[in-house]
Amino acid sequence: MTFTTTTPEITYKVPKRHHPVIHFAVTQPLGAAGLVFIIVMFIAGFFAHLVAPYDPLALDYSVMLGAPTWDHWMGTDAYGRDVFSRIIYGARTALSVGLLSSLLGSSIGAAIGVISAYFGGRIDMIIQRLMDILLSFPIIVLALAVVAVLGKNLIGGLDVNLIFAIAIPIVPKVARVVRSSALAIREMPYIDAARAAGYGHGRIIFRHMAPNVVAPFLIMFTAFIAQAILLEASLSFLGLGVTEPTAAWGLMLSGASQEFYSQAPWMIIFPGVAISLAVFSFNLFGDSLRDWLDPKIKL
Amino acid sequence: MLRYTINRLLLMIPTLFGVAVLVFVLLRMMPGDIVELRFLMDGGQVSEETLQAERVRLGLDKPLALQFFDWMKGLVVGDFGVSMWTGRPVIDEIASRLELSLQVAIMATILATLIALPLGTIAALYKDTWIDQVIRVFAIAGLAVPSFWLGMLMILFLLLNFNWIPPLTFTPIYVDPWLNLSQLIWPAIAVGYRYSAVATRMTRSTILEVLQEDYIRTARAKGVFERLVVARHAMRNAMLPVVTVIGLEFAFLIGGLVVTEQVFNLNGIGKLFVETVTRADYTMVQALVMLVAAFFIFINFAVDLLYAALDPRIRYS
Repeated sequence: MTFTTTTPEITYKVPKRHHPVIHFAVTQPLGAAGLVFIIVMFIAGFFAHLVAPYDPLALDYSVMLGAPTWDHWMGTDAYGRDVFSRIIYGARTALSVGLLSSLLGSSIGAAIGVISAYFGGRIDMIIQRLMDILLSFPIIVLALAVVAVLGKNLIGGLDVNLIFAIAIPIVPKVARVVRSSALAIREMPYIDAARAAGYGHGRIIFRHMAPNVVAPFLIMFTAFIAQAILLEASLSFLGLGVTEPTAAWGLMLSGASQEFYSQAPWMIIFPGVAISLAVFSFNLFGDSLRDWLDPKIKL
Repeated sequence: MLRYTINRLLLMIPTLFGVAVLVFVLLRMMPGDIVELRFLMDGGQVSEETLQAERVRLGLDKPLALQFFDWMKGLVVGDFGVSMWTGRPVIDEIASRLELSLQVAIMATILATLIALPLGTIAALYKDTWIDQVIRVFAIAGLAVPSFWLGMLMILFLLLNFNWIPPLTFTPIYVDPWLNLSQLIWPAIAVGYRYSAVATRMTRSTILEVLQEDYIRTARAKGVFERLVVARHAMRNAMLPVVTVIGLEFAFLIGGLVVTEQVFNLNGIGKLFVETVTRADYTMVQALVMLVAAFFIFINFAVDLLYAALDPRIRYS
């Protein structure tokens, strides 16, 4: 009796390692679409002076409230300014305010969250109560108050105080999420090891704990860019954010457009689409980034 | 449970006190007080004595600590003072506008819940199919479209198609429900869309989580109809986080109303807030901020209690 043993041909499916960007694009097509639009906006905003066909501030009383034509793709506003050019320049305003205020708010929030989790005990309790106080101010109310208190402070064409006002409401939300991630990290053996090695608080917090909360930080940072853009638009709409004659999307929906938009709907349709598309693509990208990095994080 | 409730109620006091300090300090840091704003607005020449006399009348000449103490003393007994701008009691000013804002907020909540629960559940049941993708785009778009712009589009649409715009004066619902609804349904939709987006996403993710649970598998193994598994076993258990989101967003609605009321020209709390901040009407702003904060904290607390009521596994101690 002979046995013939055949070794079955085993084929292992070795997952091909792609570059992270390609992996992201393949697994998160919606997010990749969002990213593409974000890049387009950045290019348009950065090179606004080359892309825009007209000066966004140039008045032309011969074409007031003009409908879209080949000369003015999105029509003109009550002062004869080219709506398309103002939208391109508005991208510059929205992106710079959105990015900077989200970066500022998320960074401060993350630092507070990590510090709060690291020290624990009474310090943690006091910080949490302070965050509760900030949280119980509705976002727009807080921003309104801060804008009113600080006034305007233009540096390089950007209102620094506006960025600050939009950043503050972001702080407690980021602090809360980062704190809960950092609480788990605090219990890790390497933190004990660092402490045993006699490292100072600052070194442990920023060299050992902070790098491990980068994932939630990145997710919150992108998510809040969208909210910051929306908040900037709302504040500008109320006349408390970016002010005339600077081109800003929210501002384009207020003032004269309030009176004339039934005659010249393009005055409000295009800026609104711009805000929605910008926020939409940041949300899509942020959402997919969360699914890709860490699906368990709840915003 | 009783002990927990009392503890939580007591904890509200320091938080509210913090809010009070913050708003008091913020207001006093604002450049220009109400007296200057009111008398020097039109570029008129007013003597320093007149300004000072007005400050004395409003109590603005007193040391800050004393002003704060007076305000706190009033708050404890429920006296919010009088508006520095109109001279009418703050309570009356707010009460006459609260009805409108509250109605819009409640209508938006009902609308949002009615949209979010079925949509979120369907998205979860058809996960990763085109249905899920469509609902996802609908929800993310809801977070992206500014409510004030949506409001403007609605007015534009009504005007161009029906040559009609919503009535501008507020009629209480018990006087003429039809007139009332024809005015307030639009802002409710404008704010409610964003709200429903948040709730839809929450419903989807919690239903997905719950469907992984053992008791769902047990129910299916017993041969329970899929429809009953979803309705009785999954949805009921997914309610908790959804209730939280609905509750928390309700508190935030007041903030969202600030811009929407501007678009529809509604004389509500949000509009009052913008007006009083720009007028530096200290007593009004303080009262409004305290009201909104207290409301937010209370809703938070109510949501936690509701948790325990909905889920017998949760017991606070």
